[in-house]
Amino acid sequence: MPYTEANLVKARATIARYPFAKSAVLPLLHLAQDQDGWVTPEAMKEIAGLLDLAPAQVLGTCSFYTMFKRAPVGKLVVSVCTNVTCLVMGGPELLDSLRLRYGSDDDVFVEEVECIAACDCAPVLQVNYEFHGPLTPQSASEIIDEYKRGERTPRTISGSPTNAPLAPSAVVG
Amino acid sequence: MAPVETLLVTKRLREVSDSSWTIDAAVGSGAYESLRKALAMEPEAIIEEVKTSGLRGRGGAGFGAGQKWSFLPKGAFPRYLCVNGDEGEPSTFKDHMLVERDPHQLIEGIVITAFAIRCNTAFIYLRGEFALGADRLAQALRDAYARNFVGAKILGSDFDLEIILHRGAGCYIAGDETGLMESLEGERAMPRIKPPFPAVQGLYAAPTIVNNVETLSTVPHIIRMGGEEYAKLGVGRSTGTRIFSVSGHVVRPGNYEVELGMSFRDLIEGLAGGMRDGKEMKFFIPGGASSPWLVPEHLDAPLDMDHVQGELKSMLGSGAVMVFNEDTDPVQIAWRLSKFFAHESCGKCTPCREGSSWIEKVLYRIANGLGRPADLDLLLDFGNNIVPGLNAPFAQTTICALGPSIMSPVVGLTRWFRDEVEQRIGASGEPVELKMRVL
Repeated sequence: MPYTEANLVKARATIARYPFAKSAVLPLLHLAQDQDGWVTPEAMKEIAGLLDLAPAQVLGTCSFYTMFKRAPVGKLVVSVCTNVTCLVMGGPELLDSLRLRYGSDDDVFVEEVECIAACDCAPVLQVNYEFHGPLTPQSASEIIDEYKRGERTPRTISGSPTNAPLAPSAVVG
Repeated sequence: MAPVETLLVTKRLREVSDSSWTIDAAVGSGAYESLRKALAMEPEAIIEEVKTSGLRGRGGAGFGAGQKWSFLPKGAFPRYLCVNGDEGEPSTFKDHMLVERDPHQLIEGIVITAFAIRCNTAFIYLRGEFALGADRLAQALRDAYARNFVGAKILGSDFDLEIILHRGAGCYIAGDETGLMESLEGERAMPRIKPPFPAVQGLYAAPTIVNNVETLSTVPHIIRMGGEEYAKLGVGRSTGTRIFSVSGHVVRPGNYEVELGMSFRDLIEGLAGGMRDGKEMKFFIPGGASSPWLVPEHLDAPLDMDHVQGELKSMLGSGAVMVFNEDTDPVQIAWRLSKFFAHESCGKCTPCREGSSWIEKVLYRIANGLGRPADLDLLLDFGNNIVPGLNAPFAQTTICALGPSIMSPVVGLTRWFRDEVEQRIGASGEPVELKMRVL
């Protein structure tokens, strides 16, 4: 999807913040993901156009980073840590239970991630980059169901607040 | 006497814990006072003060901060300051806390440092997953600009500074300083070969300083106290305080800011409350996944970067202390850490790209009871191709330090648990049930 008019303004403001336009690749990909829920091929082409790059360069950068989803992931990305502290505190069991429970749910995308820097709350997970922990399979699915029922407001798929006035890179100045 | 914390960098977020990230709470508890003091000093005098303090980088490598700043070539402009907030070392969670709960302290440290090194553009590279941290830092920047702590002619001086908040997107190796610069330039975060060092040719090929969040958050305190006073804290060349992230099988996991030189025992058994559930400790990792493991006999060693590296052949690294009890399977831990490195290897250097995934595969089969008699030697042979000699301080055949880091779990495993692993391999002639799931 192309950027909406408002997002195009944000994109141009973001580019203008950097001494060299190419630095805006990551913020612009986040912005596209905020808007569409994933990074579409059309978005990468549009970003390439805005930054005077080949689309393949944008894809090359995009595909390196795990937060960018190049296929639809539904409404909620649930990132479960299984690195060593979470491993000994029950992270793998948490991941298994959520994969079983939400395996066929198109709204919920459960993924295994590396350490997300909240080990004092192990085992932890993030729902659209909002931290939750320490959790049991039971308490985790309760939280996810609250998001599903609209009792909690999720961030965007890139973790931005849904009411953000501007993309983080463009907020100041 | 019970061990106590020494609060400098974590003082505000403890004392006004309900609002420490807001500008009113920050200014109300002394934020930006050091900035006023610094702006009245000569930039060189600030660098000298930080050199006197002995402040060493808190990201992992432990390089002298003031010394790093003085490597900038004279008269070369523009130059940049990059703040490394891409905290990704497994079980490290201090920068996460500092960004979310005391963003103004970080901003103050950035402005003072930028003034000292005569730089007018700074970038904060924040780990993409820190969504709340990004919100709070963005708000803090807006407020700091509004009060002229950042921006043009800061507080009536002639000094201008732009600070740009840049979110990462999920990548461990962007925490390497040259990987960070590649990422900031819109590329894959693949580290660059050194030299040229960033201070000479870094971001956009201009002189660049990269400092960790905790390092910069410490700078205002050095200006406030004076370098000499700060250097009185700590032990030997490890001056001041550090935040240690203690996690795993302890009663009170969390971040503890202590004066360097305290013993691991006081940190783990005193502050973190010791082992939970009445179990014994089996081993601990002293400084993040990249540091070789230690065992209970080392508990009385001091938290001193030089001692841990020189005497114990490990390192304090990022200050992440992971504690494991007697029920922990060390092979499983080594496997999981090697899986991390295999996943995060950027793929640029062959020894790391190939070695990490082979080490993971071999550890996986040992952990699952399918190990072969020659497997430990095979692991060490792989390792020798990544880290010739296999001894700390690590030599390396790769551009960045991720390569040598892969071997830390293997070195830990073979150094302390060789008998246990060999027994398991020896007993694995019989068909066994897979203990771990295939992920």
